[in-house]
Amino acid sequence: MTAASPPTATVRPGPISSIRAALGRDAWVAGLAVLVVLLLVFTRSINPNYGASGIQSLAVNVLPLAFAALAQTTVVIAGGIDLSIASMMALTNMVAATLMLGRTDDIGVAVVVGVLVLGVVIGAVNGFLIVWTRVADIIVTLAMSFVWAGFALWIAQAPVRSPHEWLSGLVNGPVLTEFLPKAFVVLAVAVTVIWIPLRLSRLGLAIYAVGSNPLAAFRSGVSVGRTKVLAYALAGLFAAIGGLALSAITGQGNPLPGGFTLASVAAVVLGGVSLAGGRGGAVGPILAVMVLSLIQTDMTFLGLNSNLATVTQGVILIAVVVLGSLTQRRRASA
Amino acid sequence: MITSRATWRNQPAIAGVARLFRDKPLIPLLILLAALVAAFAIVRPGADFPGFIAAQIRTAIPLAILAGCQTLVMLTGGIDLSVAATGSMAGFVAASLYTGPNSLLLAIGVALGFAALIGAINGLGVGVFRVHPLIMTLGLGLVILGAANAYQLQVVRTRSGVPPELRWLGSATEATFFPDSLLVFVPVAIFIIVMLRGTGFGRLLYAVGDNPIAARLSGVKSWHVLLVLYVISALLAALAGFLVSGLTNVASVTLVNPRLLPSVAAAVIGGTSIFGGRGGFAGTIVGALILTVADSLLSTLGYPEAARQVLFGSIIVAVAAFYARLTTES
Amino acid sequence: MTAIATASDLLLEATDVSKAYGAVVALKRASLAVRRGEVHALMGANGAGKSTLVKILSGGLRADTGRILVRGRESAARSPGEARRNGIVSVYQEPSLIPDLDLRSNLRLTRTPVDAFRHWANELGLPDVKGSDLASTIPLAAQRVVDLARALALEPDVLMLDEITAALPANLTERVLEVVGRLRGGDRSVIFISHRMIEIGAVCDRATVLREGETVGVVDVTPGSEERIVQLMLGEIAGQAPAITQAEAHAASERHEKTTPRLHVKGLAAGTHLHDVAFELFAGEVLGVVALEGQGQDELFDVLAGSRRSSAGEILVEGSPITFHHPADAIRAGLVYVAADRAEALLMQRNVRENITLPTSAQPRHWGLINSRNERKRVYDAVETLQIDARAGAEVRRLSGGNQQKVTIARWVAGGVKTMLCFDPTRGIDIRTKNQIYGLLRDLAAAGAAVLLYTSELKEIQLVCDRAIVIFGGRVVAELPAAQADEAALLRAAYNLKKEEALPEATAAEAVAAVSTDSAGPARAERGKS
Repeated sequence: MTAASPPTATVRPGPISSIRAALGRDAWVAGLAVLVVLLLVFTRSINPNYGASGIQSLAVNVLPLAFAALAQTTVVIAGGIDLSIASMMALTNMVAATLMLGRTDDIGVAVVVGVLVLGVVIGAVNGFLIVWTRVADIIVTLAMSFVWAGFALWIAQAPVRSPHEWLSGLVNGPVLTEFLPKAFVVLAVAVTVIWIPLRLSRLGLAIYAVGSNPLAAFRSGVSVGRTKVLAYALAGLFAAIGGLALSAITGQGNPLPGGFTLASVAAVVLGGVSLAGGRGGAVGPILAVMVLSLIQTDMTFLGLNSNLATVTQGVILIAVVVLGSLTQRRRASA
Repeated sequence: MITSRATWRNQPAIAGVARLFRDKPLIPLLILLAALVAAFAIVRPGADFPGFIAAQIRTAIPLAILAGCQTLVMLTGGIDLSVAATGSMAGFVAASLYTGPNSLLLAIGVALGFAALIGAINGLGVGVFRVHPLIMTLGLGLVILGAANAYQLQVVRTRSGVPPELRWLGSATEATFFPDSLLVFVPVAIFIIVMLRGTGFGRLLYAVGDNPIAARLSGVKSWHVLLVLYVISALLAALAGFLVSGLTNVASVTLVNPRLLPSVAAAVIGGTSIFGGRGGFAGTIVGALILTVADSLLSTLGYPEAARQVLFGSIIVAVAAFYARLTTES
Repeated sequence: MTAIATASDLLLEATDVSKAYGAVVALKRASLAVRRGEVHALMGANGAGKSTLVKILSGGLRADTGRILVRGRESAARSPGEARRNGIVSVYQEPSLIPDLDLRSNLRLTRTPVDAFRHWANELGLPDVKGSDLASTIPLAAQRVVDLARALALEPDVLMLDEITAALPANLTERVLEVVGRLRGGDRSVIFISHRMIEIGAVCDRATVLREGETVGVVDVTPGSEERIVQLMLGEIAGQAPAITQAEAHAASERHEKTTPRLHVKGLAAGTHLHDVAFELFAGEVLGVVALEGQGQDELFDVLAGSRRSSAGEILVEGSPITFHHPADAIRAGLVYVAADRAEALLMQRNVRENITLPTSAQPRHWGLINSRNERKRVYDAVETLQIDARAGAEVRRLSGGNQQKVTIARWVAGGVKTMLCFDPTRGIDIRTKNQIYGLLRDLAAAGAAVLLYTSELKEIQLVCDRAIVIFGGRVVAELPAAQADEAALLRAAYNLKKEEALPEATAAEAVAAVSTDSAGPARAERGKS
C-alpha cells in the first residue's frame, strides 16, 4: 500500500487475480483433492482389481460420515461445536426406520420429509439451549447427546430391520456410468441444494461472520443469537440426512449412536475448517472423509493391521493442527 | 430477559438458595444425593441397604477418578477426551503382562509408564503447540486406541486375564459394606484435594484457567503447568482403568469408553466450570455418586435405559444452566 | 456559546443521557445536539464519558435515562443494526469488517450498495482494494477507509466517526478530512471524535465538550477556539497543593545525575503506535507518563512488562541491557506491572489470598505444599499495608473497583518492589482509594523503588510524580518537572500544542504527520480477548 498509487477502488475483481485469490484460500482443499486422486491411483496400483466396485463401496462407506462432517462444519464455522451429531443421526435413523416399516413409497417420501423437519427441530433445540442458557456449546451438546440417544433407544431397544427399496435405491448402485456411484450424486445434490444456496445467502454470511468475530458481526447488524440457533438447526438437518443415509445403506434403524461425532470433528479439522470459527467450507471435510476412508482401505489391501489406520487418523489430526498453529504463530510474529 | 432475571434474584427465598449454591455448592449437592438414597430406601424398603451403598460406591469410584481427570483439566479451561483410551489401555496392558503375583508390579509399572508418556504428549501439544485440548486429546485417544488394538492382536494368543489382585481391588467388599476400591480411592482423593487446595501447583491450575493473561503477567509459564497437569491426568486415568477392569473382570481396549462422557458430566454437576477457574474435586465426587445412584434408582424403578439417558442429559443441562445463571453477574 | 437552534434544525438531539456501571457513573445528564449539515466535534479528556456516549448512540449500550431523537423521532436502539435503521451509522475505532469474509461479502452483510461504496471509496482515495480481498489481508489503514466508505454509502442521517484518522497515513488523512468537510451544509450530519485539535479546527463547525460525564459547553469552532475547548475540558482547576515541593524535586534531579538509572529506555518501538521512546527512570522517583489515548503508551508498558516484543530500541536495567521474552523475565529483572484493566490482572473467581500470592506460585520451586501460616501472614501484611477491605474477598470480582486495584498492587508489594510500572492505576475508582494509592506510590519511592506511572488524570502528575514525560505519536514530545506540570501545560503538550503560540500551518501539518507515519502496517495485535 503505497501513497504513490493512484486512488482506484475496484470492487469487481479481475479474472486472474480472483483465481489466484481463490487458489490461495482453497489451497488446502485443492491439496486434499489431489490427495484423494493420488490415493485412488495408489489403491489401483496395489490392487489392480480396484475399480468401479471399489469406488462404489467407497461412496457408500463415506456417505453417513460425510453428512456428519457437513453438520459439524456448519456449527464449527459459526464458532460452536456439536457433540450430539451421532445421537441425532441415531434418532432420525430410528424414526425413519420405524415409520417406514412396511409402508409404501408415497408414505416413505412423507417420512423422509418429516425426518428432515425433525432434524431441523432437534438441531434448533440444541442451538436455543446454548443461546438461552449461556452454557458452553460443548456441555450443552454433550448433554443433549444423551437426550437424543435416549429418545432413539426409547423407540426400540434393538436394531429394527426396515429395508425400503425406494430409499436404498437412492444411494446404492451407479448412475450413467459404473464409475459414478449414486451415493456421490446424493452428496453432490445435497451440497448443491443446501450448502451452495446457504453460502450465497445472507444467513450463510452471518454464520461465517458470527464465527469469525462476534463483535464485528454484531456491529454489522447481525443478530448473533438467532444466527447461532439457525446454524445448529442446519446441523440438525445434515444429521437427519446422515440418519436417512444410514437407513438407506443398512436397511435398518440402529438406536446406538456410532462414532460419528468425534470422527466428524476430525474430518472438519482435516478438511481445513478452523475450530476458532469463521473459516472453511463444505468440500474440504467431505474430501477429508474420503481420504480417511481410502487410507483404511489401502492399509487393508497392504495387509497391514487395520488398527494402524486409526493411529494414522489420530496422528494426521494432531499434525494438521500443530502445523496450523505453527504457521499462524509465524504469521503473527512476522 | 434481563429484568426478569433481576426480579428472580431479588426474591429473598430463591436468592438465599442461590447464594447457598454459590458459596457452598457441596451442601445442596449432598442434599440431592441424600434425597436420591432416601428415595431408594423408600421404593425398596426391604432391600439390602448396606450392600446397595457398597455397590454404588464401588461403581462410582472409577467414574469419580475419571471425573477427577476432567476436573483438573477443566480448571485450566481444557478437557481430556483421551482418559478413556488411556484407562482402557492401562487395564489391558496390565492384564496382558500379568503372569503371576510376581509380575504384578512390573505389569502395573509398564502400564503407568505408557500413561505418563501419553500425558506428556498431551501436555506438550496443548501447552507448547497450543493445540485445542479437545482436538489434542481426541487425536491422541485415536492413536492410543489404534495402537492398543494392534497390540491386542499380537497378544491374543497368550490367554490373559485380569490380575486377581486388581479383581479383588475393583470388586471385593469387606464386611458387606466396605468396598476395597476405597483403598485406592481415599489416597487418590486426598492427593487431589490437597493438591488443589494446598499447593502452589493447584493454585496455578485455577489461575491459568481463570485468567491466562493475568497468570502470564504474573510470570506463570503455562506450558510447565499444563505438561505436569496432563501427566497427572493420564496417570489417574490409568488407575481408573485398573479399577474398571477389576470391577468388570474384563480387559479390553474399549473398556472405559462408556464412562468418558459421564466423567465430564460428573465434573459439571459437581460445579466445575468448563471455562476454567472454578470447581473442585469434592463436588465432583458427589457428582459421580449422584449420577451413579440416580442411574440405579431409575433402573430399580423400572425405567428403561432410554428414559435414564434422557433424564441424565436433561439434568446436566439444567444444572449447568443453573450454575451459569448464578455465576454470570454483571 | 451559540444561539439556540430551533428544534427542526436538529438532526440529532440527545438529552439527559446517563449511564452508570455499578457504582461508577460514566455519564450523568449528558446532552448532544447536532444540526443538519454540520460536522460536530465531541470532545473530552480521557474518562470524560465520550466513549460511553458513543456506544449509547450507536446502539452498543443502553442508557439508564435520557432521550435520543433523530430527525425528531425517538431512537432507543438495542443494537447497531437498530441504530442504523434509525439513521445513525458509526465507524468504530477498531475496524468492524469480518476478518474471514472478503470485501464483497462484508458489503453484502451490511446491505451496502456496491456502486455507492465504490463511489465513496474513490472519493476517499482508497488504495487498491479488490472485492475478492479477504478483510484480514487488507492493511489496517485501508480497513478504516473501507469502514468509512461503507458507512457513507449507507447514507445515514448521522455519521459517527470515532478517531477515524488515528491509524491513517498522511495522504489518506487528508482525503478523509476533505470528504468529511464536503459533507458540511448537506442534509446529513457528522459527529467527529478526534484527539487532534488541528483536525477539529479543519472540519468541525461546533464542538460539544464533556467533562466527568456531563456536557460542560458547546463551542463554535473558529480560529483560536482550541483554547476555549481545552479550558472547558479542564474545568475549574481545583487549588490542590502539589505533594512535592519544587525544592524536593530539584534535590531529586541533583541526585540522579550521579547514579545509574534503574531503568533506561532508548529508542523503543513496537507495533504501529510506539515509534521512538526514550527516558530514564531513577530509584526513589515517580516518573509520570502522559499521553492521549493510543499514542503508544499501551505498547510501551506491554514491552516493559515483558508481554510484548519490541521491534527496535534497547532496555537497560541498572545499566545492563536486557531482553524480555516472557513477563517472568521482566519480573526477575525487578519490573512489576500493575495493569489498568483489572479484568486483565485479576483471577476474578478466586479469593484475595490467591490473587496476592499468584506471583509466588509462578515459580516451579514453589509448586509444593504451601506453608499456610507464612502465607497468611504475608497476605495479612499486604492487606493491612494497602487497607484492603476484603470482607467480600471469597471472589475478587465481588470487591469494589478500588479494592480490586489494591489487590493487584498488593500482589507485588507483598514480594518487595524494585521497579513498578503502573498503567492508570486509579482509573474508575473512588477518591479515597485514589489518595491511598498516591500515598502508597510515594511510600514506595521513598523506600527506594522506582515507579513509572501512566495516568489519564492529569492532576495526578503534580500529586504523585517528581517529573513527567509526555508522549505523542509514539515519541516523547516533552519532559516537565512536577512543578511546571500543571494540567493546562500537560494537556497542551499532550495535544502537541506549543506553549503560548498560535498554530502556524507548519506545526499543524507536523502534528498530523507525526502520528501518521508508517502506521499502515498489518492490523495491530488484539489485546487479550476477554
